[in-house]
Amino acid sequence: MISYDIVVIGGGPAGLAAAVEAGKCGGVSVLVIERDRELGGILQQCIHNGFGLHIFKEELTGPEYAERFIKELNELNIEYKLNTMVIDITSDKVITAVNPKDGLIKIKAKAVVLAMGCRERTRGALNIPGMRPAGIFTAGTSQRFVNMEGYMVGKNIVILGSGDVGLIMARRLTLEGAKVQLVAEVLPYPGGLTRNIVQCLEDYDIPLLLSHTVVEICGKERVEGVVIAKVDENRKPVLGTEKYYPCDTLLLSVGLIPENELSQKAGIMLDPVTGGAVVNESMETSIEGIFACGNVLHVHDLVDYVTEESKNAGRNAVKYVKSEISRGGPKMIAKAKKGVRYIVPQVIRLDNIDKAAVLSMRVDNIYKDSKLVVKIGDKTIKEIKKRYLRPGEMERITINKGALSEASDSVISVEVSEVV
Amino acid sequence: MTDIAIIGAGVVGCSIARELSKYDLKTVLIEKESDVGEGASKANSAIIHAGYDAKPGTLKAKFNVLGNPMYDAISSELDVIFKRVGSLVIALDDDEMQTLHKLYYQGIANGVPDMEIIGGKKVLKMEPNLSKDIKGALYAPTAGIICPMELTVALAENAVDNGVELMPDSKVTDIKRLDSGYRIFMGEKYVDTKYVINCAGLYSDEINNMVAPPQFKIIPRRGQYNIFDKNYGDFVKTVIFPCPSKLGKGILVSPTIHGNLLIGPDAEDLEDKNATNTTLNGLNTIRHGADRSAANIPYKNIITNFAGLRPKPDTDDFVIGESKFAKGFINVAGIESPGLTSAPAIAVYVVGILKDINGGLIEKEDYIPRRRKRIRFEELDDSEKDALIKKDPRFAKVICRCETVTEGEIIDVIRRNVGARTLDGVKKRARPGSGRCQGGFCSPRVIEILARELKCDISDIKKGNHNSYVLIKEDAFPVRAAALGREQCPDQVKSRGSSNMEDGNTQSGSAKGVGL
Repeated sequence: MISYDIVVIGGGPAGLAAAVEAGKCGGVSVLVIERDRELGGILQQCIHNGFGLHIFKEELTGPEYAERFIKELNELNIEYKLNTMVIDITSDKVITAVNPKDGLIKIKAKAVVLAMGCRERTRGALNIPGMRPAGIFTAGTSQRFVNMEGYMVGKNIVILGSGDVGLIMARRLTLEGAKVQLVAEVLPYPGGLTRNIVQCLEDYDIPLLLSHTVVEICGKERVEGVVIAKVDENRKPVLGTEKYYPCDTLLLSVGLIPENELSQKAGIMLDPVTGGAVVNESMETSIEGIFACGNVLHVHDLVDYVTEESKNAGRNAVKYVKSEISRGGPKMIAKAKKGVRYIVPQVIRLDNIDKAAVLSMRVDNIYKDSKLVVKIGDKTIKEIKKRYLRPGEMERITINKGALSEASDSVISVEVSEVV
Repeated sequence: MTDIAIIGAGVVGCSIARELSKYDLKTVLIEKESDVGEGASKANSAIIHAGYDAKPGTLKAKFNVLGNPMYDAISSELDVIFKRVGSLVIALDDDEMQTLHKLYYQGIANGVPDMEIIGGKKVLKMEPNLSKDIKGALYAPTAGIICPMELTVALAENAVDNGVELMPDSKVTDIKRLDSGYRIFMGEKYVDTKYVINCAGLYSDEINNMVAPPQFKIIPRRGQYNIFDKNYGDFVKTVIFPCPSKLGKGILVSPTIHGNLLIGPDAEDLEDKNATNTTLNGLNTIRHGADRSAANIPYKNIITNFAGLRPKPDTDDFVIGESKFAKGFINVAGIESPGLTSAPAIAVYVVGILKDINGGLIEKEDYIPRRRKRIRFEELDDSEKDALIKKDPRFAKVICRCETVTEGEIIDVIRRNVGARTLDGVKKRARPGSGRCQGGFCSPRVIEILARELKCDISDIKKGNHNSYVLIKEDAFPVRAAALGREQCPDQVKSRGSSNMEDGNTQSGSAKGVGL
């Protein structure tokens, strides 16, 4: 068995940021394990720009964004293994992995950072009725085919779901010469970022049908068409509104799911709303010394925020190895209240906060001219006015340590309050 | 002239082919699709039934009870996973308890062993997720679960190992009588044969009508299903049936052999033999049916839906025997449930018929009953995994994360003598794409491996049959296609019998494998 102080599982944006940060803290041995043939994760297939606006104050493509971290990783001489699949993690941090060079290896880690990312929700998970022909792709898979393999997935395309990857692919496939007929979204509001709605759909005259969904897939061998219907407020198809759209391809961009099968093997507690681990302010899961960050923790819409969160995880993994994390002391529970679906982290231990804690959250609906109200117990400690709140855009609130340490209650909550 | 032509490479046709391969005969197995097991054999409940359902005296009852015990030997010889998990028919009220008693005595009459009627409390102890209203259940420990796709492939492989010639992509278009035998046309191609065995499933009436007056009619009876994430594979441990009704055994809740949870099927008689689509109504029907048996079914964790068409005979029983109107033409038709269970017993019976017609058959001395074992990486222990990777590093490349399927396993199922040629073909045999991500991550990789192994471009790879190309095949983007210098795949439509394997890979007993 080989051993490292910190093993980072996943070499995408989250894993790279965590590893680089841990390397910068110094004094620890770090290993990154990546299942793919190169580092960078899904960023490598995101050849569009728009990455890095917050962190680097410039617009980078996905591969460029990844490259900055890969360069730092190399400069810090951090070890990594490619083509290596982790098949097991135990609660005492023994990792089992396989790769063609080493065979089956066991690695003992003092701390583990989980950064496995997420997967796409599928046609099957939505239980869409109909045939099972070729020509049904998740948006990310189509992105891989087009951008990395150099093949077109179809010529006449309907997209279900207005998640960001689907929107990006609407533009990408249009530029490659395909006809993207429309994007249907079951919710009454779009799933992706506003900037993607504007730059990927409106700029190319691709209609967005809100409150619509695919109720049947037709075509025995290759997709021949889809039936789209309007849905009511309970997202049930309205009889009589069905319309047939001939097409050869259906793309799905209907949500991302954190990939926590390994976390479950280790016995880590998951949050049923995020699908990711329950973590504290240090991004540490229910098992001491196992940390989680990025899309395996909760689905982000901006890679910049993944990077920030993952740096926090990397820094705290180093602290853990050096026994610098405080276990006792006052503790607060973060509660999502009216209008807020979840808050990460779920637990805040005040002794481990340097200056401020960052709470990440998503709202459950579109709110116009409203505010996010942060309370400790019944006492409001912060209000943030918002012109728009959208489920597709993650909100982040910074709470100063001062406000937390003065608290007389152990519950910190966030709710949406509509301004009258 | 060949001795025997079997039409239809479903589980029945492949079982008969394997049984015939024990004898000194020239047998061809004709299949209209590009792979074996593409009809009812790939979309059913995957249950090896105990045998109490069918009326005593019917062929269904006879072959069910004969077939069930044969699965121990078959699964071991062919290296197909099979588990006798047992089944429970549950009763929710006194009327249904009456039905259970009738079923019990029917089972006794059919010769089903070890059945027991147990009380509600005991049922709930065995299966705590079932409805709390349960009064009792008929327990049959001999019922089992299997993967019908793997089984059909394994039967075909073993038959081909023993000299049967498989002809995929060969749709029978006409049959003409010869002086002694038949000429079977498949478009331009034809095969002359002494005997014909009609195992054409949904189309067996049409095949019969090519040589004889209509004797029976096959009605496509659709059944729809949902499969759930493996996290819920132990939701039930046995196969749970409701009390049977006129339309059949009802909607079951069952574990699958690969550790998923399965619900379905409904039963809907149709006209269209291609209607393998699921519907909103059908999926709702199975949900209501399953909810009656079990509480809190985890619907949020459905990973896929599918539908199959049962070949329902209008005679209500299997149609098995030599046609009265066509000598040497044997119908094996209307093999709906319990067809999977009955298949091996039917095969033995059909060979018996042939022995009678032919005046005996000569047994081969070099018959190989065993199929070369498949490597199942996920099931090996750590030291076995390590040793395997050291021998062949392709077993360290995990292609399908959800089911932990390695490149080595995928290459193996492509190179076997009834090898996979399509995404679905690989999925059927080695399971990449069967998991919770439904091929999102692995399908580009599997396509790449298929193209490399079959020596063609990845745009030539199909999902399944005929024109199911995954990527844009024709030069929609001629400039780029030219720039990449793409070539078309050599004709993929090839007979895969013992005489013409691709890449000169003539097999004797076992095809060229990977790291073995």
